[in-house]
Amino acid sequence: MIINVARKELKSVFASPMGWVILSLLMFAFGTQYLNAVNDYFAVMSGAMRPAERTGVTQFVGQSVYGLASFIMLFAVPLLSMRLISEERRSQTLPFLFSAPISLTEIVVGKFLGLVAFLSILVLFIGAMLSTLNIWADIDFGFLLTNSLGLLLMVAGFSALGIYFSSLTQQPVIAAILTFIALFALMMLDRFFGDDPTNILGGLSLTRHFQSFASGLIDSADIVYFILFAVTFLTLTVRRLDADRLRG
Amino acid sequence: MNNFTVEAIELTRLYGGREAVSNVNFTLSKGEVLGFLGPNGAGKSTTMKMLTGNLAPSHGSVKICGIDMIENPKEAKALIGYLPEMRPLYKELTVDEYLTMAARLHRVSAKHIKKAVENAKERCGLTHMSKRLIENLSNGYQQRVGIAQAIIHSPMVVILDEPTVGLDPIQIRDIRTLIREVGTDHSVIISTHILPEVEMVCDQVQIIDKGKLVFNGSIDVLKRQRVGNKLLIGLRNPPAIEEILRISGVSEAESLANGLIRVRYAENAEPAEAIVQVAVQQGWGLHQIAPDQTSLEDVFMQLTYQEQIAA
Repeated sequence: MIINVARKELKSVFASPMGWVILSLLMFAFGTQYLNAVNDYFAVMSGAMRPAERTGVTQFVGQSVYGLASFIMLFAVPLLSMRLISEERRSQTLPFLFSAPISLTEIVVGKFLGLVAFLSILVLFIGAMLSTLNIWADIDFGFLLTNSLGLLLMVAGFSALGIYFSSLTQQPVIAAILTFIALFALMMLDRFFGDDPTNILGGLSLTRHFQSFASGLIDSADIVYFILFAVTFLTLTVRRLDADRLRG
Repeated sequence: MNNFTVEAIELTRLYGGREAVSNVNFTLSKGEVLGFLGPNGAGKSTTMKMLTGNLAPSHGSVKICGIDMIENPKEAKALIGYLPEMRPLYKELTVDEYLTMAARLHRVSAKHIKKAVENAKERCGLTHMSKRLIENLSNGYQQRVGIAQAIIHSPMVVILDEPTVGLDPIQIRDIRTLIREVGTDHSVIISTHILPEVEMVCDQVQIIDKGKLVFNGSIDVLKRQRVGNKLLIGLRNPPAIEEILRISGVSEAESLANGLIRVRYAENAEPAEAIVQVAVQQGWGLHQIAPDQTSLEDVFMQLTYQEQIAA
């Protein structure tokens, strides 16, 4: 049943040019970054004489592309997640889902998975693009894998937050702005509290938890953080929709 | 084990202390069509939302084929097809895509989906619109898509909130036939403002006003109330009212603004013939005589108005 809701979401993303345009624009940005990074690599490495200054091509190019990807997702996810519930609220299509034999949790999780599935297309494409380096060099696939996993978990977290804000309002644009501000604040926490590793607020920062993935490390604490983050906001969304049913 | 398809037990819904629907009780059996009547804001849509699980009742419960809507919402919802007042259509999809999605969400098994979609389209006269975007359909056709989505999984109970709004007369006739057809093997609940429609398609009628049921019974009761013991006569040279009262069986007579005379007679008396005879003898110039039917509107007004006085 969850799958059916997810399929419905994917279908409506691709039913309009919107989905295709976003995919192609983002891939264009990532592709450009990739090309530049490869050029830069040769420029930088030809100047780096000592072995300590030298880094592998995977790390150099990967960090550049994934760094950009995590930044762009900050803008892209709110734009994609804003419609999920607020649009249905506005065009009064929610009763269609509410009167079907599916629970609220299934509706919310289905919508979430639909969006994550769409975003994972991007994650896959980035991975595939970077793998092409393997034609000329011997690259570190482990590094690509951890980065992809980290990016996927991070966009899943973004999406969950986006769905929650989408359930609060009837206006998709307001949902997008709120989501963006919240995500940006969570990113910025690292700026302010990053120096003190014991600070709890700093521990909430999304960037900090992405950092370990970005350096090629899979830390279970970070995985748990992203999963908890997503589950929390999905639960809040279910509660918000349930309030609709109770209060009307 | 009774075979009620819908049971509403003491349904009450409060909106900030105000009772939008209060203490509504009714049952519906298989093969019946129930008409829901009431002025604007009477609580028709609220009741329907509660029946379909879109709104939680403040008190009371709903049972669909014996399954409690609050305890087992999924099982109960699987037995319902619902078309809300605002059509829940995804306008960026085509008719086929939308109906396939509706069938899937309503647990139609994968191999029957195609058949279910074809069937629903055929019943609602949408076959030639399959590939069109819902957005580009006319209002009436969008309404048909809404109805198609409600019957696609052949549910036990079909609930339609004002299904004939925005349709042309031919479409309205088609939809009425469709409702009757669906009503033969399932139960149907429709709400409407159009009173003759109720008479045409419904077996049972409920009139709701200010959240309370003011009438609940079979359509025949309402029809009988309508006919009443009244005659309407038109005379070219009307005599004094007293002269008409002298005819046997006539209990009351009054002349109306439009020149006609309304005559009431006692139960079982049939003064029509006598009136004609007297009129011919006296040369009153009789040109019209017909049973006077209170329109359904009047009955409706009476019922809702009485309630106002009581309250």
